[in-house]
Amino acid sequence: MDLTTTYMGMELKHPIVASAAPLSGSVANIKRLEDAGAAAVVMFSLFEEQLKHESAALEYLMTAGTESFAESLNYFPEVDDYTVGPDNYLELLRQASAAVDIPIIGSLNGITNTGWIEYAQLMQEAGAKGIELNIYYIPADLTTSGREVEERYVGIVKAVKAAVTVPVAVKLNPFFSAIGSMAKALDDAGADALVLFNRFYQPDFDLDKLEVAPNLQLSTPDEIRLPLLWIAILHGRLRASLGATRGVQSATEVVKYLMAGADVVMTTSALLKNGIDYIGTLHNGLRTWMELHRYTSVQQMKGSMSQRKVADPTAFERANYIKTLESYKGDYL
Amino acid sequence: MILMGSGQETACETAAYLNARGEKVGVLQVRLYQPLSASHFLAALPASVKSIAVLERTKEPGATGEPMYLEVISTLVEAQIEGTLPTSVMPRVIGGRYGLSSKEFTPAMCKAVFDELRKDKPKNHFTVGIVDDVTHTSLDVDANFMIESDKVVRAMFYGLGADGTVGANKNSIKIIGDDPDFYAQGYFVYDSKKSGSQTVSHLRFGPEPIRSPYLVQSANFIGCHQFNFLNRGDVLKNAAPGAVFLLNTSPHEPEEIWERIPRPVQEEIIAKKLKVYGINAEKVARDNGMGTRINTIMQTCFFAISGVLPRDKAIEKIKYSIKKSYMRKGEEVVRKNFEAVDNTLVNLREIPVSAQATSTIELPPTVSANAPEFVRNVTAMMMAGRGDELPVSALPVDGTYPSATTQWEKRNISNFVPVWEPNVCIQCGNCSMVCPHGVIRSKFYNESSLESAPKAFRTAPIDARGFPDIRYTLQVYLEDCTGCGLCVEVCPAKSKEQTGRKAINMALKEPVLEDEKANIRFFETLPEMDRGRVDFSTVRGVQFLPPLFEFSGACAGCGETPYVKLLSQLFGDRLLVANATGCSSIYGGNLPTTPWSVNSEGRGPAWSNSLFEDNAEFGLGFRLTADKHLEYATELLKALAGSIGEDLVDDLINAEQTTEIDIRRQRGRVAELKQRLQEIADPRAKQLLAVVDQLVRRSVWIVGGDGWAYDIGSSGVDHVLASGRDVNVLVMDTEVYSNTGGQMSKSTPMGAVAKFAAAGKQIGKKDIALQAISYGNVYVARIALGANPQQTLLAFREAEAYRGPSLILAYSHCIAHGINMQRGLDQQHLAVECGHWPLFRYNPMVHESNENPFVLDSGRPKIPLKNYAYNEVRYKVLAHTNPKEAAYLMDTAQQGINRRWSVYEDMAARSGDTFQPKYKP
Repeated sequence: MDLTTTYMGMELKHPIVASAAPLSGSVANIKRLEDAGAAAVVMFSLFEEQLKHESAALEYLMTAGTESFAESLNYFPEVDDYTVGPDNYLELLRQASAAVDIPIIGSLNGITNTGWIEYAQLMQEAGAKGIELNIYYIPADLTTSGREVEERYVGIVKAVKAAVTVPVAVKLNPFFSAIGSMAKALDDAGADALVLFNRFYQPDFDLDKLEVAPNLQLSTPDEIRLPLLWIAILHGRLRASLGATRGVQSATEVVKYLMAGADVVMTTSALLKNGIDYIGTLHNGLRTWMELHRYTSVQQMKGSMSQRKVADPTAFERANYIKTLESYKGDYL
Repeated sequence: MILMGSGQETACETAAYLNARGEKVGVLQVRLYQPLSASHFLAALPASVKSIAVLERTKEPGATGEPMYLEVISTLVEAQIEGTLPTSVMPRVIGGRYGLSSKEFTPAMCKAVFDELRKDKPKNHFTVGIVDDVTHTSLDVDANFMIESDKVVRAMFYGLGADGTVGANKNSIKIIGDDPDFYAQGYFVYDSKKSGSQTVSHLRFGPEPIRSPYLVQSANFIGCHQFNFLNRGDVLKNAAPGAVFLLNTSPHEPEEIWERIPRPVQEEIIAKKLKVYGINAEKVARDNGMGTRINTIMQTCFFAISGVLPRDKAIEKIKYSIKKSYMRKGEEVVRKNFEAVDNTLVNLREIPVSAQATSTIELPPTVSANAPEFVRNVTAMMMAGRGDELPVSALPVDGTYPSATTQWEKRNISNFVPVWEPNVCIQCGNCSMVCPHGVIRSKFYNESSLESAPKAFRTAPIDARGFPDIRYTLQVYLEDCTGCGLCVEVCPAKSKEQTGRKAINMALKEPVLEDEKANIRFFETLPEMDRGRVDFSTVRGVQFLPPLFEFSGACAGCGETPYVKLLSQLFGDRLLVANATGCSSIYGGNLPTTPWSVNSEGRGPAWSNSLFEDNAEFGLGFRLTADKHLEYATELLKALAGSIGEDLVDDLINAEQTTEIDIRRQRGRVAELKQRLQEIADPRAKQLLAVVDQLVRRSVWIVGGDGWAYDIGSSGVDHVLASGRDVNVLVMDTEVYSNTGGQMSKSTPMGAVAKFAAAGKQIGKKDIALQAISYGNVYVARIALGANPQQTLLAFREAEAYRGPSLILAYSHCIAHGINMQRGLDQQHLAVECGHWPLFRYNPMVHESNENPFVLDSGRPKIPLKNYAYNEVRYKVLAHTNPKEAAYLMDTAQQGINRRWSVYEDMAARSGDTFQPKYKP
């Protein structure tokens, strides 16, 4: 059985990729992900804003109250070589890339143009086989138009593509008026893959404290619907590869995503919930399902239920909504 | 003149100046003293010497002279006896002292000494630099005698500690000093406050080595980095005629500044023909994304207009220096700073000076006219930076110093202050409890009192049933607020309509200032709470006790002062405090003002600071003295019982003095006794009057930080706890030497970075609580106000009520932790949650009935240590410098916490008879 797949130009032994954010925080864990059978690892995101903030905070806190009182002109020993900035991230990327055979993909969330370019280059130098742009941005400013947001995405992709030679993926959110056109624009801008969709920061309310609670919950299988829909629509229409992420809890979701047209399927929640070795379970599950249903290769499955290949392509479109509701009648009565 | 040490260079410089003008004076510099080599000394003494002044910076009480004076005299006399004297006749020798209280030693003072030597009968055992109008030892000094060279640029800068002025000046010295054509010198004067402190930088730059180790006397450049300093003291006092004056005009624009400069300052500018430049530095800083840091901007102005270096070269050097310091932080930061420099040059303006003073603004008085005489005449001088001008007679004769003086200082250091929302408030008292500066006060009063209230006075019905006529007010003393925001953080009440608003919110001060000043005046007319009606056992109740520790100069958001303040609220009227050296002795007792205060009856804490190492013993001495006085008073009472009255004597001697009501009653009896004693002719009545106040139980507290209790005064603390006497030791544990800038103490926890533990402390924190508990008869509590204020309150009251030694370990967040001080209480909470700081009380009184005396007041650790620790730079910095070691130390510290917790849990679960028995007489 042939499980191999191609994802933004990389040959992978199978389509299951670990994007397990906290789990990719150490070389040991990345090694375990490889041992458990992950085809590739997408590292946790390097947040430019966080780095800038951390650096500014450290600087501020180390100098707060200094040069004010004769007996305590400062409060901390002089340290010259503390590493703020991307050094820790890059070091981890470097060590992980050297320690494993599977490709490591760096993930980047920038805020400035120079940040996107500089950090992407540094990741490439550190051994990243690809870079995933985790464009994570809420246009809360009511004067920002949809067009501006779209141009921002496209601009970032163009800038990074021009700066690095490794393939570049874009992790998208689903909140565009026309995802298809957005996907096309990114494809045209040179994106080597689109990853659908990132889970947006959606805060909760803590009713005891009457505060906004920034908690992140693990995804559930019903969350696959939205990415499934759009992968199915986009499959076969773009040059870029398609990555599916969200809601993968078992091999069932892996199969569904592949049939919709994903080149790889990424999982975070399942590994956090069930442990790193669960990646093997997903892998076996995929294999078993394929055996049972007599599929011989992932290639064969890929996109087999995409919009272009199903019997009723309108099933994917919203116009069909009313029809779905009326289908209790039966076609022939 | 013969002298050694710090005054030598000034003396040499002055002698050279005078000799060049025809005088015949000289300086003999002593470099090795005791053994003083007579032969070398005599060889160095010119044969022409007629008179000698020996100057020293020491006072040898009771001796016939100071040490070197005596050495010189005996050397000369021996030489004369032996015939080795280099001079033809025995020179006249006088001794004198300079630099007293670290006062300046200037060329003018040197000249005064030389002038004195020329007199027929020079003053021996003189002083110079002070105005001694009591024993008349001081020499007159001509303040106008200055020898500053015009080849030297002499610059003075007035700044705030927080605005980066000193840092920028140190940087300027580096920049100019690096130039081979220049010599540079800098000295920085700080005031005694840790928040809102003023700094004065004295810089000299010149083509020759600079030998002027005294402050700039006559400046040809003055930089005033805060506009409101013009109102506070005379910043132009040292300006030389024709000097350049650079003013940060914020919040105003330079174009409109002239009319805003107070008239006397304008007059000085005109009289001295100063060239004035202005810039709205805060605006330039803000526009360039630099927040409130105006240092680069003001430094650029100095380089642009001081003329030390050619302007273009100077700017180029500043940019080079910026690049060097900020390279590591990325091109972006460098670019931003470059832009700030360029924009500074664009926004710097020369201010046209009118021929006559045109301003209608007068200088405000330093203190209110309502202040006591001492404050008006003495304290105010120090506040205005003129303390050195005070004569000896201005100071109290017996070493005691008036307290309750911070209230007159009105430092106005924060532009943002808390504003109370009566409708949202639940009157819990938390904000008042945590306020480090005692600026939040509460009173309840009958609504009829409101008749004369100002319109803007805020009030609410008291949140208690059965008191329909009683109103409640929470008054913020906003001129004394440092803007730390702890009150807002701790406030549990939220507006129903807008959850972001609490019952107390930070707001701009300026719009509410005048109304609130009127409100405060009115608030102060409302009656002080009857201590008998206040519930001492709850945070809610304690808010009504006026703090007798207020408006200190501690850091904004200090974690220690709320404990000190609480102490003063609970026991202030009968409190004796022995304070170890450290932050608390600085904010507690530094001049010019004293935060320890008095209540409406004029009673307040007696406070003193001895040394670092002996504070526990010092405080034990307070106890022994109080006990001895009480014993003597009791003896006299018994002896005079017949004339005083048996019943009163009996009540006085056997009074139960535990609760506040008990204390109030005893005060009543003492007042009665005083009256009766007036009528008794027996001379012993007078003796009893001298000690009669000791019949009210004294509350002795020995206070300090961990540097004292864990380290330098450790054996004393142990010794005093083991004495069994009724003293209370309060350790405000910041886990580091805070006052001296963050050195490691034995309280510093494993993994934290401190000076002397730059690679992270490898040894865990000493558990002095367990040490004390091992005695069995010591009350021990570990508390954290931010985690459980009710437990804090309980511990203070239990410790005081226990008639033996008590030890309270109080978690105190600190600027040396590298935290956002506004979140200090959150960190306290997390310290408890993670088990780093478990709360407990060990109460020997409970053990008397054989119950378990050890009570754990906090639950099992809920979060890992790192969730608390990595919010603080002291831990985090190691994770950046040495992540591997940081991880190892964090892991080991976590294991330590787990194990210690199991020990505590075991102790809390044991039966009472497993603890040390207590001696019972």
